Amino acid sequence: MTDLRQGASGAVLAASLAARPEVGGEGYWQIAWRRFKKHRVAIVGASVILLFMATAVFAPFLTRYEFDQIDLYRRKAVPSFSHPLGTDELGHDVFTRLLYAGRISLTVGFTAALTAAVLGTLVGGISGFYGRWLDNVLMRVTDVMFSIPALPVLIVLARYMGGSVLGIVLVLSVFAWMGTARLVRGDMLRLRTQDFADAARALGASDARILFRHLVPNALAPVLVAGTLTVGGAILSEAGLSFLGIGIQPPTPSWGNMLQNAQDFIWTTPWLAVWPGAMIFLTVLSFNFLGDGLRDALDPRLKV
Amino acid sequence: MAEVLLSVRNLKTYFYTDEGVVKAVDGLSYELRKGETLGIVGESGSGKSVHALSIMRLIPQPPGKIVEGQILFNGTDLLKLSEEEMRRIRGNRIAMIFQEPMTSLNPVLTIGEQIAEAIMLHQGLGKRDAWDRAAEMLEKVQIPLARQRVRDYPHQFSGGMRQRVMIAMALSCNPSILIADEPTTALDVTIQAQILELITELQRELNMAMILITHNLGVVAETCDDVVVMYAGRPVERATVDATFTDPKHPYTWGLLHSVPKLYERKERLIPIEGQPPSLIDLPPGCSFAPRCPFAMEICVKADPPEYPVGANHAARCFLHSEYATEDEKRAAAAAGLAAAAYGPR
Repeated sequence: MTDLRQGASGAVLAASLAARPEVGGEGYWQIAWRRFKKHRVAIVGASVILLFMATAVFAPFLTRYEFDQIDLYRRKAVPSFSHPLGTDELGHDVFTRLLYAGRISLTVGFTAALTAAVLGTLVGGISGFYGRWLDNVLMRVTDVMFSIPALPVLIVLARYMGGSVLGIVLVLSVFAWMGTARLVRGDMLRLRTQDFADAARALGASDARILFRHLVPNALAPVLVAGTLTVGGAILSEAGLSFLGIGIQPPTPSWGNMLQNAQDFIWTTPWLAVWPGAMIFLTVLSFNFLGDGLRDALDPRLKV
Repeated sequence: MAEVLLSVRNLKTYFYTDEGVVKAVDGLSYELRKGETLGIVGESGSGKSVHALSIMRLIPQPPGKIVEGQILFNGTDLLKLSEEEMRRIRGNRIAMIFQEPMTSLNPVLTIGEQIAEAIMLHQGLGKRDAWDRAAEMLEKVQIPLARQRVRDYPHQFSGGMRQRVMIAMALSCNPSILIADEPTTALDVTIQAQILELITELQRELNMAMILITHNLGVVAETCDDVVVMYAGRPVERATVDATFTDPKHPYTWGLLHSVPKLYERKERLIPIEGQPPSLIDLPPGCSFAPRCPFAMEICVKADPPEYPVGANHAARCFLHSEYATEDEKRAAAAAGLAAAAYGPR
């Protein structure tokens, strides 16, 4: 739970200056893409993520079974031709559940990270742009949110809001926006004094227009990096909550609740734990690789 | 004479800092007529730019505050308008060009988007029409291949071209006043001349009035109709451009004229104005130029001189033109004025 937050703030500070354009023939994003392509590990990460997203989306075409279809005659079956990854204690096909669980886990990860990024950008943007007392208030709120031990609160919140995907997303987002807020605030403090902000004002632009059209786009690169790392963190958090039994509720499969389910049979059918564990591991690792690659690609100080 | 478009009356803009009150603009008055160019001249820190930002109501507040005065634009006091009414004037009726073309454009938006923004904001045009007009403006400021270049980003433009883009942005809504705050200072000399020519050409074409803020007296001599010389936040001399260069009346103006280098004359060295401009926090009680003034009299360190009329449309804040000066002092001053005029860029 902690790496969800620390990862977002600490690791991406390096990219906070990233929105400066390069001088040359190509645009900023073209240069970033050219650099990103050279980052092998990030390419591997991105490929794994795309693969998992594809298998999640096309799950119905990849398996003959339904995720809640049980076969009481074939419980805890070893991997075989008809059940490539075996079955669990109720006779669910594990491969099928893994695919459908990917839908839930990735959805939770992406939406939680997106919500957190939007919220963080909003809070940080307003805070840094207006400064003074509003900045003080918003940054103290951020400090408070950083200081609350997330896990116990998540558990309590998840009990009341949990179970549904939406509930989990909300609960996770609430504890994931602060790193982004601080990042964006820092950038805003620099950006709001830039000449082009004054020039936009002199053309008759309103505060909102200057903030969201002129300044925020200049601060997007670090937000993107932070957001990517947050996706991995959110998937990990969802798995943690589901493992504790307060996340996504069965029969809806998530990698977390599949793990929880498997713990009773760890000595008899260990593969039940290995598959979802491996999926979580690979996905989170891939997001971290991707984030790393994005940071390097978007950081103008690292010339390639 | 054309009608008065902008009338600044006793404008005072102060900044309230921890060290004290900085009187950046302290009692500035002038009138700007339709189609006319007014030059505001002075060294760094004389309040030139702050006065421009005051007209646009862009003074960061706090610490800044316009504490007194009126800025009458077509008869309405801009200082009394609401922020929203003011937004409709900025970029639409009064536009501004800044000193730094390298940083005044947003690096993440295309040139076209940035020019079209003002047009959509003020003219109520749709995206397509605004974009067309943006391309037209880019052609007007003589950017080659304008129709294609609207899609480019600022980093693909040189400094001079960026200033052209800034001009296109500023003029896109046909403002009646253009405030150009040292528009050529950041550019190299050959580009300076081109940009200046472009601005004056477009000014004539659009029949705009212009406030040209500069410390380049050569530029003033070439482009302006009237001149206000500022020192330490105050207008020390107001005159037509001819009078400024042929019959200057304030010792500070003389000093400025003496510091202009000349290309075709062998001058051993320039005559600088001795000393430093005063801190705007605690100005001396008398004339703020007195400590540096070679003609300073007893009265000058005691009282702040009011504006004395010294000719038609010509006024100077200097006791040399008052009854406090003896006939000898007046004669010496007249001689110094003529000497300075002979030195100036005209």
